[in-house]
Amino acid sequence: MTVEPRQALVWDYAPAPEATDHLRLRDRYGLFIAGEFHEPAVPRYEPSVNPASEEPIAEVAWAGPADVRRAVEVARAAQPRWAALPGRERAKYIFRIARLIQERARELAVTETLDGGKPLRESRDVDIPLAAAHFFHYAGWADKLRYGVVAREVAPLGVVAQIVPWNFPLLMAAWKLAPALACGNTAILKPAETTPLTSLLLAEICQEAELPEGVVAILPGDGATGAALVRAPGIDKVAFTGSTAVGRDIQAALAGRDIALTLELGGKSANIVFEDAAIDQAVEGIVNGIFFNQGHVCCAGSRLLVQESVAEEVIAKLWARMGRLRVGDPLDKNTDVGAVNSAAQLERIEELVRAGEDEGAVRRSVACELPERGFWFAPTMFTDVSPVHRIAVEEIFGPVVSVLTFRTVEEAIAKANNSVYGLAAGIWTDKGAKAFQVASALRAGVVWQNTYNHFDPTAAFGGYKESGFGREGGPAGLRPYLRVVR
Amino acid sequence: MSRRLAHVDRVGVAERAAQLGRRSIKTTAKQQGIRIAVSVMDLTTLEGSDTAGKVRQLCAKAVCPAPTLPEIPSVAAVCVYPSLVGVAREALAGTGVRTASVATGFPAGQVSLAAKLRDTGDAVQDGAQEVDMVISREAFLAGDDARVMHEIEAVREACGEAHLKVIIETAELGSYEHVRHASMLAMEAGADFIKTSTGKAAAGATPEVCLVMLEAIRDYTERSGRIVGFKAAGGVSNTKAALHRLVLVKETLGDEWLTPARLRIGASSALNDLLMQYAKTQTGRYARGEDFSLE
Repeated sequence: MTVEPRQALVWDYAPAPEATDHLRLRDRYGLFIAGEFHEPAVPRYEPSVNPASEEPIAEVAWAGPADVRRAVEVARAAQPRWAALPGRERAKYIFRIARLIQERARELAVTETLDGGKPLRESRDVDIPLAAAHFFHYAGWADKLRYGVVAREVAPLGVVAQIVPWNFPLLMAAWKLAPALACGNTAILKPAETTPLTSLLLAEICQEAELPEGVVAILPGDGATGAALVRAPGIDKVAFTGSTAVGRDIQAALAGRDIALTLELGGKSANIVFEDAAIDQAVEGIVNGIFFNQGHVCCAGSRLLVQESVAEEVIAKLWARMGRLRVGDPLDKNTDVGAVNSAAQLERIEELVRAGEDEGAVRRSVACELPERGFWFAPTMFTDVSPVHRIAVEEIFGPVVSVLTFRTVEEAIAKANNSVYGLAAGIWTDKGAKAFQVASALRAGVVWQNTYNHFDPTAAFGGYKESGFGREGGPAGLRPYLRVVR
Repeated sequence: MSRRLAHVDRVGVAERAAQLGRRSIKTTAKQQGIRIAVSVMDLTTLEGSDTAGKVRQLCAKAVCPAPTLPEIPSVAAVCVYPSLVGVAREALAGTGVRTASVATGFPAGQVSLAAKLRDTGDAVQDGAQEVDMVISREAFLAGDDARVMHEIEAVREACGEAHLKVIIETAELGSYEHVRHASMLAMEAGADFIKTSTGKAAAGATPEVCLVMLEAIRDYTERSGRIVGFKAAGGVSNTKAALHRLVLVKETLGDEWLTPARLRIGASSALNDLLMQYAKTQTGRYARGEDFSLE
């Protein structure tokens, strides 16, 4: 009888890449107008690139001003018929879209990860299921609109122009389209130039769902396309999610025109850890708050405010936990942090991190092996940050957390509110009364208690101050797509 | 003195534990994970119907779980009631597989301290190299931390050279905060291992209690410099559950805990599922139950 020697066995997870052979992506995508894919009026195709490998995935048509005008005309023509359908009939189409998203979930998740660089774990478990959930939620509202705005007669706005960012491409498209369609509007969606592919798959889903032609148009393109869209005659509303700078430009462009507007812009959200928090779970929440989607989250908990009495412990535990993050191939099912979305974004992150070092904050970056090709940034923590530093003020939109300390509840509230932004905040305390007191004093649209970055279609989302206005999600998310008749 | 509990958030624990359950363990990682799971197993029989014959057969299985799969190591230990320690020790002599015994009025622990110490002494005298004791839940729930610790210290002394695993029976403690508190008491009182459950309560080593106890070990070891092991017992009945526990250990304490000196999984039925899953990684086909011996 032999006895095995008792040495420690090393154990690493073998690579577990999600398969891509099931994808049916085309080599080239046109503009989705009137229920069909079309060539742009002035042919222009740009590659959509995988940020983890810098390889092109597919060529995508970019819409010019003529295409925008055409899409608006088609949407205008389709709108009265769509609005005239009984709510329950509109709901059937929206339910169908939701179910088709579920049916094609794997394909959508892999495409989202290839196109945007986010870990498959997130596209599979968060982006795609939530996108379907938003369509399901608003499908249910389509025949109950008069209860969405209490005791008033309501009507759709008409044609809505919707511009979404690259951080949650399909999910943001769902946030925009689902309520717009439920309310009887027709929509023209412009996905971001670096991540158009899942929106184009959504166009295919609209075809499969036999959505009446012209109800949804999808016009990929860059900022120029977006600028043409918001300036196009014949639109009734603009809904934009993206940077504060572009939001300002849109608001200026709409000044003096009778066009409704909602903006969901940047943030520098405070994640506040009190000394009576469950520290281990708070550390998980900090990680989820800032490293989720490489920190490309408008409501990312990028300003960590820690009570001084527990700062040392929280920082030590956070740093240890950061060392266990698995950074790399976004398609690997065990990857926690994927690729930065684009070269331009990587540059922006690097610039702000340099500023943080120059201003005297202490930088720690995880010593992880990063792939040679593609755009990558190691998870990073800054300590000894002062409220005056740029990294405490400006949105980095990357895997970089700035740690500041506070002494009292009052100071925590004051510091959290000391920002031009007001999108979200996190509160970590075991005391319910304290959580309510702080939450009601915070000028932020979303306040999470003992969790962070949790989204639900029933909950309203939106900003204070320069983080924008208007709400998405839940019954509040209907209001921006309706006008009150009487 | 009133008790001060460190805060543990139930929802956050459940989320993190579930997240680690979604790690993809495939191909070579699965094979190696199964080998580790077998190597840290305390193969256990704790029934009123246990006999010398049953224990001898179990010991043979412990030493060589699958003659057809030579790369599968022996398990770490065989765990029996005190009356059968002598049988197990003899059957395992010279094999490297250790003899473990439950003691201290297992599983309820509702006997006097004197009886607990005699129980422990008997087991050690008969050759137990490891003792799995239960804490007094009666004292713990009544808030008498001092008595809980005193009993552990006394049993620790009665163990002599034997390793002491302290079962805190998480299912009976009421909250994760109490699980963490009991873990800390056991470690402060000298436990070599802390162990989740007896396997006789309503719930066993759920991923959530494992996570809470592993975080307690991490914090205690960091603070004191003394290394404490972890044993998950109860409800770890198949390969998926065993690998999930290994992931929890790896990502909370690190790879250096994936050894029998620091980690145990108490199980009986899980062993054959591990063997069947291992065989599948080699042949591509699911094995039949009868391909492996019952014990």
